[in-house]
Amino acid sequence: MQISRRQLDKTTILDVSGDIDLANSPAIRKALLKEIRDDRTPRVVMNLSNVRYIDSSGVASLVEGLKAARDVGSRFILFGLSTSAREVLQLSRLLKIFEVYDNEEQALAA
Amino acid sequence: MTSLRRRPRAGGEIETHMKILHGARRSKPKGRNGDLSRGLLLRLELPSDPSLLCAVRGAVERLTESFGFSAPDCRAVTRAVDEALTNIIRHSYNGRPDRPIEMLFRSVPGAATPKASEGLEIVLCDRGPSIKRAQLCMRELEEVRPGGLGLHFIQQSMDIVEYKRANGTNRLRLVKYVRAPKQEVNS
Repeated sequence: MQISRRQLDKTTILDVSGDIDLANSPAIRKALLKEIRDDRTPRVVMNLSNVRYIDSSGVASLVEGLKAARDVGSRFILFGLSTSAREVLQLSRLLKIFEVYDNEEQALAA
Repeated sequence: MTSLRRRPRAGGEIETHMKILHGARRSKPKGRNGDLSRGLLLRLELPSDPSLLCAVRGAVERLTESFGFSAPDCRAVTRAVDEALTNIIRHSYNGRPDRPIEMLFRSVPGAATPKASEGLEIVLCDRGPSIKRAQLCMRELEEVRPGGLGLHFIQQSMDIVEYKRANGTNRLRLVKYVRAPKQEVNS
């Protein structure tokens, strides 16, 4: 799994590629919390269009990011969810909790 | 037989064995092994190393596709196996990457409910301490908090989920039945 970072004004976009599972969800958590909690970025957008699979530990990392964003008053947005990623958020009843968009254009316009 | 050999680590060499025991599914029992090999499709032995989860998912995806599951059911079985392995690594072995895990995949007869001609049985065995019943409880989904979702995903994904402790081994049995395709109604 790889994470790269882009900055657009007051928005940080994290481009993630590969599967998010027990082996690498700590890296996702660390990257998210650095952006949200440490750097206080007003809007963090995560690009999941190259992520085929997310497990429960990956979902937990996303929830931690969401909670941190709520705590500091910033926004945490997801886009490009695969069918499998959408399914796990539906199964955990979190799909409506997150801000989710189909593509980057919609996510940045939100 | 396919064998994946990994690079040596500090604690010695770790080998992952992936044995595809029968090329064709629905195998008949063979001689001496009797019940043990009945319907056996695949046997995996691997260490409790999280970096291997990706390889196991790949194998389960291929197996479920060839078994005849629909695409959503292939994803469901793969998710359940991945979450079960994650639970073993995290809770049974406390994150130690060198403990043994064995997985058996078998074809089993179908069921009346759900109406199915056959099913895929997956048995995961580990040698960690006994799992306490309280650890098998799922949390409420209404709570928005990290963690506690793995068992929920397993229960949602499979038709049968059974846990048993025998001879120092934790044994998790998962079964998913192949749904008959819905008949199209002609008007």
